[in-house]
Amino acid sequence: MNYIVTILTLAISSCVALLLASLGEMFNQRAGVFNLGCEGIMSMGAFLGMLVPYAVGRGGATPEICNVAGLLLATGVGALLGLFFGLIVVTFRAPQGIAGIGLQMFGVGTAGTLFRHFIGGTQSVPGISTPPIPLLSKIPFLGPIFFSQNIMVYLAFLFVPLAWYLLFKTPWGLKIRAVGTNPRAADSIGIPVNKIRYQSLALGGALAGLAGAYLSLCQAKMFSDSIVSGRGFIAVALVYFGHWQPVKIMWGALLFSLAQTFQTIIQSQGINFPYEFAVMLPYVLVIVVLAFDRESQRLGPTALGQPFDREIRT
Amino acid sequence: MTKQFRILYKVCIILLAVIAAMALGAVILVAIGADVFKTYAVILFEPLKNIGLLSEVFIRMIPLTIIALGIAVAYRSGIINIGAEGQMAIGILTTTAVALAMPNLPKPLLLPLVLIAGAAGGALWGAIPGILKAKLQVSELLSTVMLNYIAEQFYTFCLRKPMLDPAEMMNGSGTPQSMRLTKNIWLTRFVPGTRLHTGLFIAIAFAVLIYFMLWKTSFGYKMRASGSSARAARYGGINVPAFLIIAMLISGAFAGLAGAVEICGVHHRAIQGITSGYGFSGIVVALFGGLHPAGIIPAAFFFGLLLVGGNMTQNAVGVPANMVQVLQGVIILVIVATQMVLSNEYLMERVWRRFHKEEKA
Repeated sequence: MNYIVTILTLAISSCVALLLASLGEMFNQRAGVFNLGCEGIMSMGAFLGMLVPYAVGRGGATPEICNVAGLLLATGVGALLGLFFGLIVVTFRAPQGIAGIGLQMFGVGTAGTLFRHFIGGTQSVPGISTPPIPLLSKIPFLGPIFFSQNIMVYLAFLFVPLAWYLLFKTPWGLKIRAVGTNPRAADSIGIPVNKIRYQSLALGGALAGLAGAYLSLCQAKMFSDSIVSGRGFIAVALVYFGHWQPVKIMWGALLFSLAQTFQTIIQSQGINFPYEFAVMLPYVLVIVVLAFDRESQRLGPTALGQPFDREIRT
Repeated sequence: MTKQFRILYKVCIILLAVIAAMALGAVILVAIGADVFKTYAVILFEPLKNIGLLSEVFIRMIPLTIIALGIAVAYRSGIINIGAEGQMAIGILTTTAVALAMPNLPKPLLLPLVLIAGAAGGALWGAIPGILKAKLQVSELLSTVMLNYIAEQFYTFCLRKPMLDPAEMMNGSGTPQSMRLTKNIWLTRFVPGTRLHTGLFIAIAFAVLIYFMLWKTSFGYKMRASGSSARAARYGGINVPAFLIIAMLISGAFAGLAGAVEICGVHHRAIQGITSGYGFSGIVVALFGGLHPAGIIPAAFFFGLLLVGGNMTQNAVGVPANMVQVLQGVIILVIVATQMVLSNEYLMERVWRRFHKEEKA
């Protein structure tokens, strides 16, 4: 019983980065932009998130405001990187897949470069930790799993209905979906296609940056080059898995972080099983899901990956 | 529109692109308080100063050329292979496995055999995303990235368990690496005092081969046709999915071969960190070389220079080697954006009209 509690608690807290990045990517893809550079933005977010508290506290105690500043910095720079990606793929209309790889290398490389210059080696920060919710966290079984998590976990899950509302119940969400489904039609009724795409990229980038900061501030409480280790790519795949729907994406993020926790369990329990195969599990899962979820190929935004050019008739 | 204007326009765009790339890199350099010009000078010129460093540039050029050739074949056939890193790792494993299994075969037999084994391993790993894309429409961008992570883990597992050096097991230090492989697979080092090996000629030979295959055979024509317009190619009776799979087989084989050549030429054993980003650098090389063998060879030299120079910036100007990755990312972004601007006839027309009007007025 204790065992299951540990697994579930861990799975919920470690799914936040995937969830936030994936919801951001969902907005990008709904607007027709395939942002493979998510991994790079997350890397930058992870570095910037811990930079502020580290610079102030030098590994010691830091006022809570520094952590908040770190989160905000990561979110802001993430949004800027999203806009920068927009410049390449929306304004210059470059092919999105390969440009995404460029952004990924740029982001991971920049985070690594800045990290070595400003921080150097393995340094930890106190990070964000919040006390468990009184009374509720005392409930057996449910308490530790649902009511003793980090505050960021609640905020991330709160964002799921918010994302749903934004996408399906606001005029802006409708515009995003229009731009990603039929940009020409959207353009003809006066929706500024490229502007909407830039906005969605800024939102997606901000969420990816925040997801990265979560990794360094709440999960690992440190930064390393491999801190993101493919979560950005998994987040992109999760959007397919979740059929571009916030709630389904949430279930997907939980499933994948559950797969990731097996590795921790195997290592901590000393089970005689090569841990490399446990680490592989989420990545294998992505391929299997993409290959056998036939629905996801039908449901995607029809203009996904296509740059919009008003001058070219197709 | 005059011909001179066209050329001038294109030259200006390319110059602007180069400046943009350098400027973007400079932003990061300024952020860490480094001397921008000195850093670029170290990266670009320091490795040319003596034969030892120059040979290291050539050594890095070998896998870069081979991988980039494979990526260019795939790209031309309409599939972006970002899984070269994993394919190279699997190629190293198959090379090592064959060399460990038959250490006593004579060199003329064993050396080709291990190279083929490496290529076969890479091809196998490359075929997976090819088949997934052709049969199940899985985006190769995601599947190749995932296979990179899977290959990385499998590689560590193999070095840690089945292929572990018996000496390491005895001493108990447990560094995950294979034993030193038989001399029968070593490629000759032809410049005394350096590690430069005959893999260079293998790389150049394959560049020529790829040129002939893509541009002088109907097979290559069909590949390029499937890549530039899959629908038209299908209408013309080309089996596009089959060519997708073949392209990924070739692409993976090249990445695997690059791994085999690295083992036979440089490391002589499988250790961790051999792939060290070659798979991603290969993408940059392929794009920078215009997806053409004649461009890929000089591009590979240039990025070999960047990799060697990038390792020197830490000591020379205090810039971490990760800066090279930043530059590579920037170069990809700038290249893809520039290509779109260059192919935009409408934009060129507008610029022309503006200048033309000014001349008239």
